[in-house]
Amino acid sequence: MSNPVTAPTTSDIPRQPLDWLPVALPLMVAIAAFPLVGNPWTWLTLTVAGLAMGMIIFMVSSGLMLVFGLMDVLNFGHGAFIALGAYVGLAVLMPLTPWVEATSVLLNSAVFALALCAGVIVAGVVGFVFDRLLIQPVYGNHLKQILMTTGGLIIVEQLIRAIWGSETVSFNLPASLRGSWLLGEAAVERYRIVALGIGSAVFLGLLLVLTRTRIGLMIRAGVENREMLEAMGYRTRHLFVGVFVVGAMLAGLGGVMWGLYLQNFTASIGAQINVLIFIVIIIGGLGSTTGCLIGALLVGLTSNYVGFAAPKIALFSNILLMLLILLWRPQGLYRVVDR
Amino acid sequence: MTDKGAPLLALDKVETRIGPYHILHGVDLVVPEGGATMLLGRNGAGKTTTARTVMALWRASAGSITFGGRDITREDAPTIARLGVGYVPESMGIFSDLTVAENLRLAAISGHLDPKRLDVIFSAFPAIKRFWLGRAGTLSGGQKQMLSIARAIVEPRRLLIIDEPTKGLAPAIIANMIGVFRDLKATGVTILMIEQNFALARAIGDTVAVMEDGRIVHHGSMAELADDDALQRRLLGLSMSAHQ
Ligand SMILES: Nc1ncnc2c1ncn2[C@@H]1O[C@H](COP(=O)(O)OP(=O)(O)OP(=O)(O)O)[C@@H](O)[C@H]1O
Ligand SMILES: [Mg+2]
Repeated sequence: MSNPVTAPTTSDIPRQPLDWLPVALPLMVAIAAFPLVGNPWTWLTLTVAGLAMGMIIFMVSSGLMLVFGLMDVLNFGHGAFIALGAYVGLAVLMPLTPWVEATSVLLNSAVFALALCAGVIVAGVVGFVFDRLLIQPVYGNHLKQILMTTGGLIIVEQLIRAIWGSETVSFNLPASLRGSWLLGEAAVERYRIVALGIGSAVFLGLLLVLTRTRIGLMIRAGVENREMLEAMGYRTRHLFVGVFVVGAMLAGLGGVMWGLYLQNFTASIGAQINVLIFIVIIIGGLGSTTGCLIGALLVGLTSNYVGFAAPKIALFSNILLMLLILLWRPQGLYRVVDR
Repeated sequence: MTDKGAPLLALDKVETRIGPYHILHGVDLVVPEGGATMLLGRNGAGKTTTARTVMALWRASAGSITFGGRDITREDAPTIARLGVGYVPESMGIFSDLTVAENLRLAAISGHLDPKRLDVIFSAFPAIKRFWLGRAGTLSGGQKQMLSIARAIVEPRRLLIIDEPTKGLAPAIIANMIGVFRDLKATGVTILMIEQNFALARAIGDTVAVMEDGRIVHHGSMAELADDDALQRRLLGLSMSAHQ
């Protein structure tokens, strides 16, 4: 977007004090966990694992957060796109086992990229249909949205069971993504670094689109006040369909990544992570991409630290995290939506 | 009636329901082209509802609305905005997560900010220039009001619908606003303004309509109302001396 107008000189603009505290939160959690874990190398391994898991959760949550923020649509079926991503990834990697097992980094990367692309495309197409069939008819009614989208999730899950069976499936990472790098005594799994890289790229990409393009401006404005955006001449319906489809695509991407992260999963892989996604969105504050990333990283880190130090309360730890954050900031870390 | 020309906006027996509530009971309102029409009335009379109905943010359940000779009763808000209607809602509708600059850039449907118009905005509202890259959410209430008005005039419009621009503003700022709206009028744009501050309404209004319980109960020239103390007391429950 070009802006021919020279902005007023920056010297007389009082700089906005940035709200840094939430950004420092993952760091604070990591530091606090250090004495709990004890061993510094174990701590490093857990931290990388937590950040990688957080990045994948961010990928699958960000789309839902925008949809919820922009159109006030409660989509309980978002997990369907994650499950689809995971199974489509499987469907690409299985028949291409020679490429997966090849000792060539090129072939490994190609098959990995292929799996990601396929997951993204299938999730995007199903997302488009999902929106048309299940969401548009119940627009503006939360209860019906919950019922319809939960139904949609069940249908997709059953379709997956019909196609791929209900047993646990497992697949292998492409050869060059397996194993770990040794950092001192810490084993840093390669795939986690890859997940960190892809997650960061998705975050930066989203941030760029949201802050540097006109469409991004419209999305951010619409998340906050859709009615005003319409009264200024913009039709938000198309914007919503676009955001919904992109959100589904991101969930598909995250789904492939999550499937490869778990390596063993069933058709309920999406439904299982649904709760985590809602926790992340509530922590992050509705409508904020940065809040969503921080929330996801916090959930990833907490899951890993607590899973190691006190496995018995692991299930409970994310709920506890959410409660603590809401006590501190009842609206979530960065709330944008004014509802 | 001192209509200056053909009506730019006309509401004919418009009724609006919000959920189970019947709010507008047949509003007949004529906004002549050029000049400013003030819509007055007590709290809860239905002024904001009328403005929102014109913008299609509420739907008229009966009656018709024409703009520039075109029936817009069934059009949606984006279409009406693109016909050249700038809207400053009572709640200001600022996008607080966006910067001041981004708010204005978005308000320019063409995608380009016109430097000349921007200069006019900067000289009317210096705060907008000062906080250009600041988050709009951190502006004060009065500055938000200025930004909301600036958004509405960032491009040429045929009609400005402005809902209580002086709500909560300091007297000095209101005096400044009178100057801004007079300058705006001089550019030829038509203004429909909802206003409780009678001093301001009198200073910029050419025609006036008074609402009561979802109906227009008086329609005429501002001069006539300004000179008639008894009429004011009857319609607005105020006397000039108390509001000078
Ligand atoms: N969203 C809503 N739901 C139900 N009733 C509403 C709603 N908005 C307005 N009303 C009712 O409609 C009537 C007219 O409200 P409106 O906001 O149009 O009044 P107004 O003339 O703008 O008042 P004010 O001067 O206080 O702004 C009021 O009785 C109000 O309670
Ligand atoms: Mg009002």
